[in-house]
Amino acid sequence: MRVRGGHEIDRRTPIRFTFDGRVIEGFQGDTVASALMAAGVRLVGRSFKYHRPRGLVTAGSDEPNALVTTGQGAEQRPNTRATMQEIWPGLEVQSQNRWPSLSIDAMAVNDLVSPFLGAGFYYKTFMWPRSFWEKVYEPAIRRAAGLGALSGDSAADRSERAFAHCDLLVIGAGPTGLMAALTAARAGADVILADENTRPGGRLLSERIEVGDEPGAEWAARAAAELAAMPNVRILSRTTVTGAYDGGTFGALERVALHAAPGAAPPECFWRIAARRAVLAAGALERSIAFPSNDRPGILMAGAARSYLHRWGVTPGKRVAIFGNNSDIYRTAKDLSAAGVEIAFVADTRPGESGKGDWPVFQDARVVATRGRRGLSGIKLDHSGGTAQLRADALLVAGGWNPAVHLTCHMNGRPVWDEAIAAFVPAPGAVPGLIAAGAAAGRFSTAACLADGVRAAGEALEELGYSLRGRPDLPEAEDAPYDITPLWTVKAPGRAWLDLQNDVTTKDVRQAAQENMTSVEHMKRYTTQGMATDQGKGSNVQALAVLADATGRGIAATGTTTFRPPYVPVPIGAMGAGARGEGFAPRRLSPTHAACVARGAPMIEAGLWMRPSYFPRDGERDWRESCDREVGHVRHAAGVADVSTLGKIDVQGPDAGRFLDFVYANGMSGLAPGRVRYGLMLREDGHVMDDGTAARLGDAHFLVSTTTAAAAQVMAHMEFVQQAYLPDLDVAFSSVTDAWAQFAVAGPRARDLLDRVLDRPVSWDGWPFMSCGDVSVGGVPGRLFRISFSGELGYEIAVPARYGGALFEALVARAEDMGGGAYGMEAMNVLRLEKGFLTHAEMHGRVTAFDIGLQGMLSAKKDFIGKGAAARPGLLDATRERLVGLRAVEPEDRIVAGAHLFGETGSEGYVTSAGFSPTLGGFIGLGFLRNGPERYGERLILKDRLRRIEAKVDVVAPGPFDPEGGRMRG
Amino acid sequence: MRIECPHCGERDLREFTYRGHALALSRPSEGASAEEWDDFLHNRDNPAGATQDLWRHDPCGAWLVAERSTTTHQVRATRAVRGGEA
Ligand SMILES: [Zn+2]
Repeated sequence: MRVRGGHEIDRRTPIRFTFDGRVIEGFQGDTVASALMAAGVRLVGRSFKYHRPRGLVTAGSDEPNALVTTGQGAEQRPNTRATMQEIWPGLEVQSQNRWPSLSIDAMAVNDLVSPFLGAGFYYKTFMWPRSFWEKVYEPAIRRAAGLGALSGDSAADRSERAFAHCDLLVIGAGPTGLMAALTAARAGADVILADENTRPGGRLLSERIEVGDEPGAEWAARAAAELAAMPNVRILSRTTVTGAYDGGTFGALERVALHAAPGAAPPECFWRIAARRAVLAAGALERSIAFPSNDRPGILMAGAARSYLHRWGVTPGKRVAIFGNNSDIYRTAKDLSAAGVEIAFVADTRPGESGKGDWPVFQDARVVATRGRRGLSGIKLDHSGGTAQLRADALLVAGGWNPAVHLTCHMNGRPVWDEAIAAFVPAPGAVPGLIAAGAAAGRFSTAACLADGVRAAGEALEELGYSLRGRPDLPEAEDAPYDITPLWTVKAPGRAWLDLQNDVTTKDVRQAAQENMTSVEHMKRYTTQGMATDQGKGSNVQALAVLADATGRGIAATGTTTFRPPYVPVPIGAMGAGARGEGFAPRRLSPTHAACVARGAPMIEAGLWMRPSYFPRDGERDWRESCDREVGHVRHAAGVADVSTLGKIDVQGPDAGRFLDFVYANGMSGLAPGRVRYGLMLREDGHVMDDGTAARLGDAHFLVSTTTAAAAQVMAHMEFVQQAYLPDLDVAFSSVTDAWAQFAVAGPRARDLLDRVLDRPVSWDGWPFMSCGDVSVGGVPGRLFRISFSGELGYEIAVPARYGGALFEALVARAEDMGGGAYGMEAMNVLRLEKGFLTHAEMHGRVTAFDIGLQGMLSAKKDFIGKGAAARPGLLDATRERLVGLRAVEPEDRIVAGAHLFGETGSEGYVTSAGFSPTLGGFIGLGFLRNGPERYGERLILKDRLRRIEAKVDVVAPGPFDPEGGRMRG
Repeated sequence: MRIECPHCGERDLREFTYRGHALALSRPSEGASAEEWDDFLHNRDNPAGATQDLWRHDPCGAWLVAERSTTTHQVRATRAVRGGEA
């Protein structure tokens, strides 16, 4: 029912939205919850397990019942709190967990069989038979006990992430937070003030409280305006701080544009805030009292009812009853009565207490039963004078306040029981740099909150070395004592709910205790208390009290469960914003990327790089035909391949040779300038890390090449070796991978092809195998290396990256004139397999130099990384799985990587790489086999049971093509 | 979590790569016994409390030693591997 007032709404702007297809009209500033309440809609959802009809309970992010789904398709958002979702024209809201409709829910039959569905039901019932769990029980349970569903459409990745730094993060903008922010901001500190509501003010917006000589809401607006005008303050509204992490890092979820139709603005933004200090001014959450049938629509928190009244000008009923154990009940009656609502009665659980008013007050009262199928209609009361049956359409419950201690527990801190307020308060210093203040610290009066905000900010600023100038004067405000006599449950027949979302009752908790689940953590898991999306914000402490009572311990001794981040659910789409698809990792493009794409080459991922798989030509039916042709270019004419992605590390300094001697297993300092050497790097544990070449460009200048995959790892490794072990060497190095474009030019006519682009021809004698030096290409200085990864006469030519595209085009065009052309990754792989050259398919981290037949490269003359460990006897055992070549026996048989090699004793090895060799006319491969090199000539069975492949293979020496290497050396 | 790079100042955890205990700095000399290599390569304590970690600050390439508490994650101090006493 709409009444007067409401700080949040603009009555000149009506807004229409739909709830389960029904058009509802509210005002600009309404939440779905306040608009539904204004429209008299009481039934907003069904409970998780029993499908009980449920209504609004709170007015904030702690709402357990009113979870709804908004939008459709890619914009569909399940489990949205109706209390936090502001309405906008055209908003579509659907209720959840009901079928076929909210008012007629077939699954409500669960409620009738509820005696069988109590705590531990799943554990006890679905034990046997095991196969039934996956096929029968779980799908049925999932259908019956559900939250909202995802649409299945790929969500648009429109959310954002952001980073911020500040001196002081103030969490919550109620009286405490506003005073803390003012204190810090006036002292000149960088302040971020984060608050989960639309506007600052906190409880000042929800109560009739004067601050100084003006209404609290007006004071809050003025304070916020002053802060907003200061350059050192950022106010984050609609932003919930969700987690406290190491080193003063906080996560926060900002609802940037969820209050408007989807447009250009991101729906949400996930903030990572690095704060030197923080003040927790998150206030307190009101808790209920567990009385029989306390879950009917129309039964809600008294503080929430005051929020609905003062913030949105709505009330939950025309004739309301109030039940509670503290002084809030009288404040609630006064406020609602002033708004013209009839007060059915005030039921005070305390004996001998009675506030004044024009309504019946019952003392020592207990609500023992409620009536109303889909919404409250009547209440039965026991009280000091007997019993009473009364009519009411809403019951407002005030069970006391729990400080919002959650963030202080995110780093293992345990809150402390405070008997005076019958609640847990934060343990001081639980999160380094975070100071709890105001209601979050258990100080509930407005005057205490205002003062505590100044105190907390002052402490933080002092620690940061700020002088406290311009400290705000403390305005006058109410300082009423918080008078509570705790009452957790009403002992009367009937089910009394604790966790409304997960349908946990007091009986479930007592049963857990009876079955010896007396530890609070066991009780939680047995009953699922507090495990719903609201994480038991409104019910955990009551559940502890029930457990404490059932086990005969005090609440302090019973202890709490662990609060973990996030404080409210954070969509993965917001936390991982921007990190989907191509945003997941950077994409590195070679200078030839455009040229390769223009030639129709499918580009495939190689680490972060995109590389051409093959270059299709007209008439070729599949990749194999292209690959076979490209292999032929290299074997018979000249091929050109982009190898720019290989890692290149430029190493300079008088001690460069000595440094590389220590990094490589083989010697490098003896390499003559102008020469290139193959090198092997080990890890310190004696296994192969990477291979590549080192080219000595000058006395004190080397260029190290790495594989594409290991480039970053090798760079980090070299930095570690230098900084940790060889800090005194005069050497420096830098990655130059991106600075140079580099192309393999290979084939019998490779030299001929190079001569067509180089300014001076490549002399045969001047460029022997494994030589390097400077060249000039169209006036551009470049480098030439005579090295080969194909087994043919081969060169690699490098030019500054910006000339790469042009040189590639020139080389490919001339190669095509000569009957050759570009070749891609597939052909490169076949060429190296034919030669038995290795990649990281073989150097996969578990192999040693011994395993790949390169033990002889390990220098005996010097120490190097991995030397000690590589000498361990177990790594030199002949029975280890060692490198072999493989050839399919039958021409039609395939060899596939990942297949096992079966001999007489079963699997004796595996295949690492394979491909079709057009040169040899059959499938070839590389793999590892026990006693490998001793078994050339043996015939084994290859089996891939996943792909159902079986073939006979012969074990051969790796690299069956041109084993003497005459073609490569010339 | 935030870590102080000796060159770049306090930076976010995600700029760093972890590499285990700083024991890796005490590399046995050539010819050390198998037991010494075993200790160096494999054997690590698992303290509840103070430990010394190796981290790399990826943007600048500096390796550093962080004195860190395994129970609170607090990084008490950092120093560069190069030039810092081991
Ligand atoms: Zn750095």
